[in-house]
Amino acid sequence: MRAGIHSGTLRRFGATLLIVATSGCNRGVLDPAGPVGAAEKTILINSTAIMLAIIIPTMIATVAVAWWFRSGNKKAKYRPDWEYSGAIELVVWSIPALTVLLLGGIAWIGSHDLDPYKPLPSKSKPVEVQVVSLDWKWLFIYPDQHIATVNQLVVPAGSPVHFTLTSATVWNVFFVPQMGTMIYTMPRMTTQLNLQADREGVFDGLSAHFSGDGFPGMNFKVHSVPPQQFAAWAANARSGPQLDVAAYDQLQKPSSYVKPFVYGNVDPRLFEAVVANKLPQPISPNTTPAAQHVSPQPPAGHLNVR
Amino acid sequence: MFGRLTWEAIPLTQPIPLITSLVVIAAIAAAVVWVTVKGWWPYLWNEYITSTDHKRIGIMYFVLGLVMLVRGFADAIMMRAQQMIAVGSSQGYLPPEHYNQIFTAHGTIMIFFVAMPLVISFMNFVVPLQLGVRDVAFPTMNNVSFWLTASGVLLTNLSLFIGEYARTGWLGFPPLSEQQFSPGVGVDYYLVALQIAGVGTVLTAVNFVTTILKTRAPGMSYLRMPVFCWTTLASNLLILAAFPVLTATYAMLMLDRYLGFHFFTNDGGGNSMLYMNLIWVWGHPEVYILILPAFGIYSEVVSTFSGKPLFGYRSMVFATLAICIISFCVWLHHFFTMGAGADVNAIFGIASMIIAVPTGVKIFNWLFTMYGGRVRFNVPMYWTIGFMLTFVIGGLTGVLLAMPPVDFLVHNSLFLIAHFHQVIIGGVVFAIMAGYTYWFPKAFGFTLDERLGKMIFWCWFIGFHLAFMPLYVLGFWGGTRRLQHIADPSWQPWLDLAFVGALLIGLGIVLTVVQLLYSIRTRDRRRDTTGDPWDGRTLEWLTLSPPPHFNFAVLPDVHGEEAYWTRKQTALREEKLIEEPDYQAIEMPVNTPTGVIVAFFASLCGFAVIWYIWWLAILGLIGAFAVLVWYAWRDEHEHVIPADEVARLERERRRIRKEQIQTWPRPA
Amino acid sequence: MTSVETPAVGLTHGASEDTGLGHRGPESKSIVVPYGFWLFVLSDMVLFSALFATYATLAHATDGGPTSNELFDRTLVAIETLALLFSSFVCGLAMIAARRRNLIWTQIWLLVTGLLGAIFLGIELYEFAMMIGEGAGPQRSAFLSAFFTLVGCHGAHVTAGLLWIGTMMAQFWAKGFQPHIMRRMMCLSIFWHALDIIWVAIFTIVYLMGTLP
Repeated sequence: MRAGIHSGTLRRFGATLLIVATSGCNRGVLDPAGPVGAAEKTILINSTAIMLAIIIPTMIATVAVAWWFRSGNKKAKYRPDWEYSGAIELVVWSIPALTVLLLGGIAWIGSHDLDPYKPLPSKSKPVEVQVVSLDWKWLFIYPDQHIATVNQLVVPAGSPVHFTLTSATVWNVFFVPQMGTMIYTMPRMTTQLNLQADREGVFDGLSAHFSGDGFPGMNFKVHSVPPQQFAAWAANARSGPQLDVAAYDQLQKPSSYVKPFVYGNVDPRLFEAVVANKLPQPISPNTTPAAQHVSPQPPAGHLNVR
Repeated sequence: MFGRLTWEAIPLTQPIPLITSLVVIAAIAAAVVWVTVKGWWPYLWNEYITSTDHKRIGIMYFVLGLVMLVRGFADAIMMRAQQMIAVGSSQGYLPPEHYNQIFTAHGTIMIFFVAMPLVISFMNFVVPLQLGVRDVAFPTMNNVSFWLTASGVLLTNLSLFIGEYARTGWLGFPPLSEQQFSPGVGVDYYLVALQIAGVGTVLTAVNFVTTILKTRAPGMSYLRMPVFCWTTLASNLLILAAFPVLTATYAMLMLDRYLGFHFFTNDGGGNSMLYMNLIWVWGHPEVYILILPAFGIYSEVVSTFSGKPLFGYRSMVFATLAICIISFCVWLHHFFTMGAGADVNAIFGIASMIIAVPTGVKIFNWLFTMYGGRVRFNVPMYWTIGFMLTFVIGGLTGVLLAMPPVDFLVHNSLFLIAHFHQVIIGGVVFAIMAGYTYWFPKAFGFTLDERLGKMIFWCWFIGFHLAFMPLYVLGFWGGTRRLQHIADPSWQPWLDLAFVGALLIGLGIVLTVVQLLYSIRTRDRRRDTTGDPWDGRTLEWLTLSPPPHFNFAVLPDVHGEEAYWTRKQTALREEKLIEEPDYQAIEMPVNTPTGVIVAFFASLCGFAVIWYIWWLAILGLIGAFAVLVWYAWRDEHEHVIPADEVARLERERRRIRKEQIQTWPRPA
Repeated sequence: MTSVETPAVGLTHGASEDTGLGHRGPESKSIVVPYGFWLFVLSDMVLFSALFATYATLAHATDGGPTSNELFDRTLVAIETLALLFSSFVCGLAMIAARRRNLIWTQIWLLVTGLLGAIFLGIELYEFAMMIGEGAGPQRSAFLSAFFTLVGCHGAHVTAGLLWIGTMMAQFWAKGFQPHIMRRMMCLSIFWHALDIIWVAIFTIVYLMGTLP
């Protein structure tokens, strides 16, 4: 039994090495499907290379110096009082300082170029998506199409998507590794994010901030489809069930590993009501208009400061 | 009468906590019986529990940290096993509500009750000896600090048997940690235990800053202090400035939970981002609180075992203080993905990278300390070189995480987990193991077994890389942290590998216990009769091993940067010791049970607050106050060691040293 | 304990009070103890700074509830402030009396310090009670949570100070002007003055800035 586990482990060990050699380096954030992810991957690779250029020689030197100056080595010159050299000090401060100067420049430019709030350059108008993290699933509202989906994000390939994000309960992070930048979803606040998928395909999405017991079951799929197919899908989705108060009340009950689902006909004020923390109170225009309860000033710490 | 406390708080239906509880209770009972049968209680009470001797308190901190390391590691291996099993269709053996407690406990215990006590144990044991003085500035408060830390440990571990622990992650982010989403006692255990331990930590910092700035041997100016004292000073200044923020933050979360305040709640205008900022204003300095003393340990070790002064001492001191200051300007890098503007992100990112400069300088200076030396490969040197190799990679990944565009990809991921374990295991834990081997003979008068020591090193070194390198890969794949279940079966091989690595680290911990027992058993042939087993350079090697209660019969006069080395070389050259001084009687602080009694009442009060037993909480507070007043009323502060006793002990030391002069090699 | 003929050296190895930097050997206890206590007070001020930062962040998060302009009564706070500042002055008198080894005046001035502190605390509690009575308790909004916590934390410190003053008076009574009692008195006076400094900041940031038109 014990030996069995052991040999199984060894076999898996071998399989691991194989994976490294083949597909291991070409997944997730290392296999970007859009401009944001690709730019970030480039910065990641370049910075790593710059630092490795310093670090690998340092590691080799550490081992080499320790070995050469081992106490048994008669050929090594013992200099028991050598404890300072201005020239060396200058060099050892300069090397990391110059490296950081270079990387700092990259970080400054990268932070501005890849600011999640910055619209992506594109000829086509971005698709608007409002994201709500619930316990423990994702609600994607398409305000222009008046539809909403759960745990399934459909985007047109080659066209930018502008996300406005919030949370109905606790914090989460909206993250599609292959598309790039992740961002927090926070209750009573909104954040924004601009992403784009250049190629068609199905990508994994997840929450990257622990949010409670159902957290591991918050995965979703992103379907990047041709623009015509996206339009057809959206039109078709409108025949789905309505996302009204009752439906939302059902939806917001804690659940995880939720199967993808599509709603047609979504109240356009749903997102604002979630941000204002006025749900699951009625939002139907026939009863007390919830929007009136939204305080005139944005809630404290509201992120729309810019 | 008993608030929320009912029989249902005992986990009778959950086999894992129940069996663990029974085993722990049995182990504690066995230990108590053993000590009673052996008649060791008076010894323990007088020499340890009530001791105000910094050396004894240091040893108690070490034991506490080591026991908690076992607990924290048990959590770690359970998590690794769960992640290995719960892939694809399997849900593993731990349900989310249990798994989430385990990772919370693992993080909290490893930082607050393993790394902190172990680092503080070295400060306690080493700093007064290195400064050439007899104790810390406030010996009784030192004892109180220890017992308050122990009180926090007790409450945290009590959650295993009674109730539950927090399920929020080790920083307890609201709103998840608010009453609305975490109504149980778990978060209350977390908050109350850390508040009590936090008071102890602040008092420790007061003590060490005062000790280092105000009580040093004659002639020891700032720039003659050993680097470990400098890093301890920097670390304690950080504690002094950072821990009160933690106390305030936890206090506000407690007010939210207990009294319905609205600091971080979703309603009432609360602001959960504020908590994120405040907790990291503490949290980022915290990692430097841990790593700076570790740097100090490496500096001592590398200099001693290279047979050379530390290269670029002033540069090292400057680098330490630079890190100390900059570490307060970088906290925002923990949440680049919160949507702050590009300018804010970039500034904090660059500030974070700047810390890599003094850190890099330190690596180079250690390298040049070895250059031109005669490097002896004893166990502490293994840990130091292992650290230098491991830590630079951790630094690389750290700088990557400090770049906002890269952090956007790997924030909160397994990449991050791998990074901070790399700097904390490769940096802090390796230093603790190096320091443990290095100063053990000073504490107990015999060395630890070298062969087993090297085996322990290889277990940790290989085990660490096996356990955490796979997590870097999974981080790139989009793997996030704190997953009780993993959907993607292709992760399996990497998770297996990580588990094997954790097992290897576990073997290292087992071997540490074996090494200790074996070394005790064979102590007679590994005695350190000289007090200077490693050919040391700092003042702790001037006294005997173990040092007398008063450390130094006469406070040593310090000439030059390496107080003891200079003195030793002079003695060897002139083939005689310095003139024998007049011995005076020495006053040493008396033992006191204040610490343990205050901590008892603090634990009582804390437990009562967790379970809403208000009368008991008030009783605990009154008790603690009464003990302090009772202590303040004492008349006897010191006991006197007579001059002839001092002379007898010191003459014995001089006799040994005279023999040494005959046998040791002459300086070149 | 038997008296010792030869002078004993303790942790602090005699008493050098030359430079204050301690490189001529450890400082005497009369320097070390207040220094350590001052460090503790500094850490306490860091705690307050976290509460101040919180208050500044949440000062306008009233959640539709009452604002600072509607709640604060400047006159009352002015009296409160005067009581506390004056108590600090009296505490200084107590310190002088203690230095002169005058037990009666030490006790009187300490008592007056404590009474003024109690007046301060009484007014504060009255203000709190009024606000809670008006439905402006700490549960009403984040602003009020921050207000009650910041001001209440200072109040808790004053309460601790009162307990300390009482203990101090009892100790002077029972033990006289022994060196360790004097050191404790020094620490008490540092503590009490520090509370003043914090109150000045609270007065400015919370009350003055909060009632600006």
